[in-house]
Amino acid sequence: MRRPCGCLAPTAFLAVALATAPARGEGLVADLSEHLIAITTAFVGTDVVLFGTSDGGADIVVTVVGPRQNQIVRRKGQIAGIWVNRESLEFERVPTYYAVATSAPLDQIARADVLARHELGIEHLRLEPVDAAGLAESHIDAFREALVRNKQRQRLYSSAPPPVSFLGPSLFRTTLSFPANVPPGIYQVQVFELEDGYVKDAQRSALVISKVGLEADLFDFAQQRAPLYGLLAIVMAVSLGWLAGVIFRRS
Amino acid sequence: MVIYLPIAEMSVNLFLLLGLGGAVGFLSGIFGIGGGFLMTPLLIFIGIPPPVAVGTEASQILASSSSAALAHMRRGNVDLRMGMVLVAGGFMGSALGVWLFALLRQLGQIDLVISLCYVLFLGTVGVVMLVESVGAWFRRRSRPGTFARRHRHLWLHGLPFKMRFHRSRLYISALTPLGLGFFVGILASIMGVGGGFLMVPAMIYLLGMPTAVVVGTSLLQVAFVTAVTTYLHAVNNYTVDVVLALALIVGGVIGAQLGSSAGARLRGDQLRILLALLVLAVCVKLGHDMIVTPSDPYSLASASHP
Repeated sequence: MRRPCGCLAPTAFLAVALATAPARGEGLVADLSEHLIAITTAFVGTDVVLFGTSDGGADIVVTVVGPRQNQIVRRKGQIAGIWVNRESLEFERVPTYYAVATSAPLDQIARADVLARHELGIEHLRLEPVDAAGLAESHIDAFREALVRNKQRQRLYSSAPPPVSFLGPSLFRTTLSFPANVPPGIYQVQVFELEDGYVKDAQRSALVISKVGLEADLFDFAQQRAPLYGLLAIVMAVSLGWLAGVIFRRS
Repeated sequence: MVIYLPIAEMSVNLFLLLGLGGAVGFLSGIFGIGGGFLMTPLLIFIGIPPPVAVGTEASQILASSSSAALAHMRRGNVDLRMGMVLVAGGFMGSALGVWLFALLRQLGQIDLVISLCYVLFLGTVGVVMLVESVGAWFRRRSRPGTFARRHRHLWLHGLPFKMRFHRSRLYISALTPLGLGFFVGILASIMGVGGGFLMVPAMIYLLGMPTAVVVGTSLLQVAFVTAVTTYLHAVNNYTVDVVLALALIVGGVIGAQLGSSAGARLRGDQLRILLALLVLAVCVKLGHDMIVTPSDPYSLASASHP
């Protein structure tokens, strides 16, 4: 969807002045500073810069959705004074990570149904139980809120959306931050251009987060060749213990 | 310096791990204990997922107990026959324990069971040890030279399958050490401990073994059982983190050497009073955490299928 050229005219001159600016009518173009985040030995989390251009004047919303998995939420209750996990609810295809960045508060950008259709904002994420039969909506809501709250505490869901800032009438950028505990997988980064409360253009790109080097090798080894990994863990422990004995007996 | 633990999937400061290993190693050097009952809760306190803490701690105990067991064997302080019966029981117990562990994890009750086991066993052992050591301290101050009778006849000694254990100068049913090994094997795989804190008193008071061979023989059992536990956790639960184990072993080895020289300067009953207080402190902390209202009663757990 392109906007009519007439509307673009006032901003076109400024856009051309910027080196990276598109020719008029290019629509939405965005890219990430990195497409691969490598989890190495010294990984403490990282920031990825997203930059792009739009035709200007519209609002920009960026979402990052991590690989989806079913997620169990458990609730503790007291039995004889001790807190014990009692009820649980399994949610379907929950994003392991979710972040949103916006150029303006979401509720000022579009109506709730539009936001919900594109899963813009944490409160508009589709988080539904695997089996909702016979469950009260309030019960599900309590577990859903707890899911989001726990994810926010783990810093895997953004609590305060970072701003998308405009560097000119059409050039925008935002910084997406990933904590050290970010789960590996393929992440979908979506950039939405909204005007008058409707999505005018959208662009999707993938971001791969993966363990590399020794960490990846060890993890794969432990998962795929578990018996050998277990034996090697035993050999490592015994030989280190033996080595220490030898060293300290000499001194 | 931060390192990423590939199995725990989190970043931890390397010096924190070396320090923890060193501090617990120091205490185990002083008291002559494995230290698993301190290390596993400490790992959980710093945020390591409980299953990974338990699985990995088994490999650390393996490192320290295997080298100590070798040293005792060289000095001839091991009853090999007794050790093998205990190990056989331990293997069966460990297999059952790892299976139970996976089941409880699926049910979402593993954290609770780990804590409950800790509170129960640390509480009992701590109180018994405190009473005994305070009593010994007072007796020594009033009139030295009284000995408690070591060997008593219990119903256990009437069991069948009698076996002669020359090194321990015992003729008892093989079922008793087999059962003891089995029970400690279950605890070792669920709690992430070696089980020496239960094994040593049980060998003295229940089996009636001479103190000289008790430590060496229990270390032999602990080494074999933690080896099997490490393997079974790695294969069934994928919860052995070798990077974490490496850091803990290196810290632990250094700490243990410093600790054993410090321990040599303290007297036995004083050491046992201090150890009992330490055991009770861990017990109280874990018990408190189970009773106090959690900051959030809800928690997340990954589903087994996508």
